[in-house]
Amino acid sequence: MSSIARSTAQPEPAVRGWVHSFESLGTVDGPGVRFIVFFQGCPLACQYCHNPDARAARTGMNLSAGEIVEQASRYRRYFRASGGGVTLSGGEPLLQPEFAAAILRLCRDQGIHTALDTSGFCALPRARPVLELCDLVLLDLKSSDPLIYRRVTAVSIEPTLATARLLSSIGKPVWIRFVLVPGLTDDPENVAGIARFISSELANVEKVQILPFHKLGEAKWDRLGIEYRLRATPEAAPEQVARATEIFRSFGLKVD
Amino acid sequence: MGAPLRAVRSFEFQPGRWSSEINVRDFIQNNATPYLGNAEFLSGPTERTRKLWDRVSELLKEESRRGVLDADTRIISGINTHPPGYIDRDLEQIVGLQTEKPLKRAIIAYGGIRLAKTALEAYGYSLDETAEEIFTRHRKTHNAGVFHAYTPDMLRARKSGIITGLPDAYGRGRIIGDYRRVALYGVDRLIEAKSRDRAALDIPAMDDAMILLREELSEQIDALKELKAMARGYGFDLSHPARNGREAVQWTYFAYLAAAKEQNGAAMSIGRISTFFDAYFERDLAQGALTEAEVQELIDHFVMKLRMIRFLRIPEYNELFSGDPTWVTEAIGGIGEDGRPLVTKTSFRFLQTLYNLGPAPEPNLTVLWSERLPRAYKEFCARVSIDTSSIQYESDELMRHCFGDDYAIACCVSAMKVGKQMQFFGARANIAKLLLYAINGGRDELTGEQIGPELAPITSEYLDYEETLKKFDRAMDWLAELYVKTLNIIHFMHDKYCYERLEMALHDTEVRRFLACGIAGLSVVADSLSAIRHAKVRVLRDASGLARDYEVQGDYPKFGNNDDRVDQIAVEIVKRFMSKLRRQRTYREAVPTLSILTITSNVVYGKKTGSTPDGRKQGEPFAPGANPMHGRDRKGAVASMASVAKLPYNYAQDGISYTFSIVPQALGKSAADRVANLVGLLDAYFADGGQHMNVNVLDRQTLLEAMEHPEEYPQLTVRVSGYAVNFTKLTREQQLDVIHRTFHGAA
Repeated sequence: MSSIARSTAQPEPAVRGWVHSFESLGTVDGPGVRFIVFFQGCPLACQYCHNPDARAARTGMNLSAGEIVEQASRYRRYFRASGGGVTLSGGEPLLQPEFAAAILRLCRDQGIHTALDTSGFCALPRARPVLELCDLVLLDLKSSDPLIYRRVTAVSIEPTLATARLLSSIGKPVWIRFVLVPGLTDDPENVAGIARFISSELANVEKVQILPFHKLGEAKWDRLGIEYRLRATPEAAPEQVARATEIFRSFGLKVD
Repeated sequence: MGAPLRAVRSFEFQPGRWSSEINVRDFIQNNATPYLGNAEFLSGPTERTRKLWDRVSELLKEESRRGVLDADTRIISGINTHPPGYIDRDLEQIVGLQTEKPLKRAIIAYGGIRLAKTALEAYGYSLDETAEEIFTRHRKTHNAGVFHAYTPDMLRARKSGIITGLPDAYGRGRIIGDYRRVALYGVDRLIEAKSRDRAALDIPAMDDAMILLREELSEQIDALKELKAMARGYGFDLSHPARNGREAVQWTYFAYLAAAKEQNGAAMSIGRISTFFDAYFERDLAQGALTEAEVQELIDHFVMKLRMIRFLRIPEYNELFSGDPTWVTEAIGGIGEDGRPLVTKTSFRFLQTLYNLGPAPEPNLTVLWSERLPRAYKEFCARVSIDTSSIQYESDELMRHCFGDDYAIACCVSAMKVGKQMQFFGARANIAKLLLYAINGGRDELTGEQIGPELAPITSEYLDYEETLKKFDRAMDWLAELYVKTLNIIHFMHDKYCYERLEMALHDTEVRRFLACGIAGLSVVADSLSAIRHAKVRVLRDASGLARDYEVQGDYPKFGNNDDRVDQIAVEIVKRFMSKLRRQRTYREAVPTLSILTITSNVVYGKKTGSTPDGRKQGEPFAPGANPMHGRDRKGAVASMASVAKLPYNYAQDGISYTFSIVPQALGKSAADRVANLVGLLDAYFADGGQHMNVNVLDRQTLLEAMEHPEEYPQLTVRVSGYAVNFTKLTREQQLDVIHRTFHGAA
């Protein structure tokens, strides 16, 4: 547990980082009603990203961990009433690991449940304390196939797989999240590959959540003037979701 | 020891203080059976219910096409003026209509004949000449009385819209008769009690208050006698108490119906009847006199009748209030003072009508929420909300503290002890406009006319916070005085010319009165003052020096983000204005209260208000009730709820309305998650000090489709400030307002 010992260099509340925005009514990123902190900056360039405005690093609001947890703690009644808490999302929270860790420690001190919504793409030695500190990890697995993974995200799959294995080795509760994009990730082989990886290599996965591709973020791409390559892709249909669910279940995984 | 005595099931009610005095609360405390189970016991609609509702739906469709289905042009409505009316005698289990035909509107004249005449003409009818002559030449109305006494200041304030929606042309409403008393005691016993009260009012000091009360008691007794006669027409004898559940519902409905035949009050709440009925139903079910399906049928038919209550009103009224609301508000649930929940099976049955008959705005179903309500009931409420968007929630913890455990809700958010308290409804003042008056030295920002006090206008290029606040405070002094004086005149005249005989017969003789004032535009004012303080606001004046527009330079904290820098400004405004109201002298010693509620008139208020220093442009809608302004809450709904929950109920005891709209997907991933999250939101919002929350769970897409194809969505219901409306009955402008209003979760 030495890696999560407090650093004496800087008091936790003073650690600063870049934040894109907040959502006080988060209900789909972890259990209950959650205060979501969207981190600014992400190393991935997912084709279906619904927060492309959170991609660029070192911009947005520069805030201290103390300020963020002070804001979050105003909603403790909501957390208590619904079994919720704080979720670090983004962007990629693991791109600012010291900042993320500081927030998580302060939440832990206050008894607030924490979740980390991550692609798992990180430098593990620096990110490890964050993974150890949070109560739940929502890990996005876009594919088990290195080629598809790269096509979707523009980066390598290896760091994510390493993160997944580390989380398993430390027994951290994980929800795997899989975005079902017709024509991109919905190939049964791809789905089965992910399911096989989870069931054969990971011992800590509580459930798999299938997130059907939606286009609510489309307007953001237009505003940012970036080409949106999935413009012609249809939203995922209920039958497609049902098919993917079947595959995950056939590997003994819980899906919701 | 020995075996415990087996309880002998008695078919008699448990006696108590209610047996020897008029005390419905005590009856409920002694006889209601809390129900902690789930919704599985509920029944769907019976064949009769389905057929009857089909028939009613046909009539509603026809009415919707024509504006009104039918209207009387000759008979001035009273308790006994129309012969019995039916929808279908063979099908309906609860009978009684306002006129001889379903949905035919009656002329209610004592509030004001002009409104009746205009309304008739708007729908192609004309008022009978004799009727008109009687009420213009021989019998004065409330409306005529008010205008005889209004001062020029009042007329100007009314015309400029600084005070609006005043009940000076029709019934004031917001009075809830304790209709349950008729079922529990029978009319004879009530007459006897009122006669005794009147006899006691013969004392040496026979002053005007005493004389007025004696006259009112005689009116009340007459009305009770007429109620009996009305019921006799339908073949029922109300002189004795209801003997079973069926009679309890019928008796209660007759009492309400008689009130609605006499008064076209702005809001005609039914009260808090479900748990009262439940005591009778439990006994009937135990005796085998009724089955669950039959009990549900009675409730379904009763609710159908409440959905059919109609008043003759002018099209402008409908435009202001979106459709044709009557605010037949039923308060359900809550916790007793002894800690037992007041949730019974009939609390479920009332909500079940939204499935059996489909969603509808009326009756205005209001759940009195507490963290301590049975879990299964909370979950059922949340499920019904998610499915129908037809429920509003109010904090029982907050209100029980002030009103005990037998209060009901008048209109949308106004609590009062049933049968013990009443209110003089005072609509609302537009405080966003008042802020502009403060800046413009009392001149109206649209017309330039001097309406407010002639204070020195602000002349600087940039607004100064302290100076603006000081002038705003002076303007509030002026408004508070003028507002209460105006209401005093209105309610004096209403008592004199349009007294609610029957509703007041169903109150204690010694009644506590509230003077219910209200404000609109709170979030506009809070944001404006925040902009002045935290950003720079430049004034743009026209040639006459009138401030017509504002340029906001820089960003500022906005109400709805849980940011004390602005939220505390909102709190301060509420406190200040309420404190000023408390200093006024009121008619009949009424206690002033304040609501933060706009109904749907937030759109109309916006239209009549110039640009404001928060950057809102002339004509743009206000937010409804106490909501943050559209699109300014940047941190999601919970932050917005937290801001509203800070508003102090002690200074706004007439209610603080908050409307919450969300797309289903944003409430959680699975149906079970959505229910659990909504329950959590309600628990936390009310624990935080929130008083009221409308819950809409709707797809934006559904609303857009309903705008294009209204015929396919006749029952699409949307909650707005304090009540619900048929979405398709909103004007296009209001529909767009609902859609544009922060829809939490939509990108």
